[in-house]
Amino acid sequence: MSPTVYLLLSALLFAIGAVGVLVRRNAIVVFMCIELMLNAVNLTLVTFARINGSLGGQIMAFFVMVVAAAEVVVGLSIIMAIFRSRRSTSVDDANLLKY
Amino acid sequence: MTGPAFPTVDYGALAPMLIILGAACVSVLLEALLPLRGRGRAQLTLTLVAIVAAFLAVVVRATSGAPAVTTLAGALAVDGPSLFLWGTLLALAVPSVLLLADRSIEPGGAFVADPVALAEAESRERVSAGTRGGGRVGGSGGSGGSGRAARGTDAVEGHTEIYPLVLFALGGMIVFCAADDLLTMFVALEVLSLPLYLLCGLARRRRLMSQESAVKYFLLGAFSSAFFLYGLALLYGYADSVKLSDISLAAAGSLRPDSLLFGGLALLVVGLLFKASVGPFHTWTPDVYQGAPTSVTAFMAACTKVAAFGAILRVFTVAFGSTVWEWRGVLWIVAIVSMVVGAVLGLTQTDVKRMIAYSSVAHAGFLLLGAMAVTPAGLSATLFYLLAYGFTTVALFGLVSLVRGPDGEATHLSAWAGLGRRSPVVAAAVTFLMLALAGIPLTSGFTAKFAVFSAALADGMTPLVIVALVVSAVAAFFYLRLIVLMYFSEPAADGPTVSVPGPFTTVAITLGVVVTLLLGVVPTAVLGWADGLSFLG
Repeated sequence: MSPTVYLLLSALLFAIGAVGVLVRRNAIVVFMCIELMLNAVNLTLVTFARINGSLGGQIMAFFVMVVAAAEVVVGLSIIMAIFRSRRSTSVDDANLLKY
Repeated sequence: MTGPAFPTVDYGALAPMLIILGAACVSVLLEALLPLRGRGRAQLTLTLVAIVAAFLAVVVRATSGAPAVTTLAGALAVDGPSLFLWGTLLALAVPSVLLLADRSIEPGGAFVADPVALAEAESRERVSAGTRGGGRVGGSGGSGGSGRAARGTDAVEGHTEIYPLVLFALGGMIVFCAADDLLTMFVALEVLSLPLYLLCGLARRRRLMSQESAVKYFLLGAFSSAFFLYGLALLYGYADSVKLSDISLAAAGSLRPDSLLFGGLALLVVGLLFKASVGPFHTWTPDVYQGAPTSVTAFMAACTKVAAFGAILRVFTVAFGSTVWEWRGVLWIVAIVSMVVGAVLGLTQTDVKRMIAYSSVAHAGFLLLGAMAVTPAGLSATLFYLLAYGFTTVALFGLVSLVRGPDGEATHLSAWAGLGRRSPVVAAAVTFLMLALAGIPLTSGFTAKFAVFSAALADGMTPLVIVALVVSAVAAFFYLRLIVLMYFSEPAADGPTVSVPGPFTTVAITLGVVVTLLLGVVPTAVLGWADGLSFLG
């Protein structure tokens, strides 16, 4: 199968993730959509590594995974903190700062 | 069988970065090992010593005439602009850290109380309330006890974890503006962002607003770094490398479709412009600037902008300098949107911190003008602008933190009415910095704007410069409105008080004001240094 298919798949996953960030209301789900975007990037990197015949892309995928894990630690702790004080993780409820 | 080839490391060139990141690791250890009492002072000392040492290392490197090098297998480029940006970042970090450490304005500091210290203080209060309750009968003893408890826990020392967080953020910024390949740049982007997300949510007062700003900054920041990363992946597909110089080479003669190159560039630039809070990617800026503790806002507004524009300059010049005519048209629109949105929405603001935030969006548009020029003049003008703008902003946020009402800072514009009579010195300093932001001669703002506009003009961006001049005039209106409000209105009877700053804040504000004045009066020294710099590769 041509590797181009995987590029299309990853573009699709990235778009689904981006749309999810824009339309979902729960901070946790928004965050999961961002993770989906990062994983779509990983698929792109690995596919290009295959097409180019070089290992760089596969190594970069590991970097992305580590950074995504670090982001989860920070992100979930921030969401936990706001959940404790508001009893809600909806991004619509956080509306003190606007205009 | 041969072993792996290890990259050479030029420790001399990397010294500033190693000092800051090393101090950050030591700072984490201190956090774990030192007792609560005195930890804050030790952490502050370590932070300041590390920043000054790193600054000296930059000065030594810059004056030694050492050649520009790439090191760590081409991951970092230590060249003229890198050193200038590092010097700027470290110089701005000193007043920012002093503002962070101040506890003369808010007892215990502007950050949320340390949980251990808070529990201790609470148990102490309980014990004392208990003994007194035994000796006295009636409600008065109880109410007196609770009043004291409120005061006792109010002054509990804040989190000292802010110091390692600041050091890591600073280390990330240092790497970010020297990164010579996109992967290093991405990792540095996260290293600088993650501590900032946390710092935003740590305010002692107005917890909900502070946490809300942290969530917003985090979600949007992660969203934009996903775009940056997808751009990186597409460019990797195009050039088979993420080194900036390889991308430039590939752009000259690759057989791959150009859609990969320009798609990758567009997504990459979205991520970078987000960090630099250039409109239309600015939506987080006002919310985060308003919600975060003011000292963190000062650090973020000054240093993040320097790091982000440093990276933008490098990417534009080194990786995409050869294709500048093909992508610049899009950035014209971005720059215009940024300037207009910043100036027009700035007019409608009623909160001082939000107003400065929108002004920073407009300034980001001006900076983009210089960065788009991709000429030596554009480079030096942008570097100078970053230095000038950074010091003005840090001092301004330092002053904002002084004007206080009963529940923390009074940032609403109406609270600033008549400030000129209540506190002439503070009002005079704010006036001077506002004039610098507006770009009035004899301030650094004028010199910086002049340099950027003339570089853009020389590179054939006349329509953009005209827009920028009009926008400057519009933006001057809201700066002047604040000045008029301070001097020509009656102060409200229940208006805010102006705190007398402690030594830390005084030094930070004075430094900012003096640098703003010096760069306006004798800019040639710094301009001359910025002039001869060029990127490696």
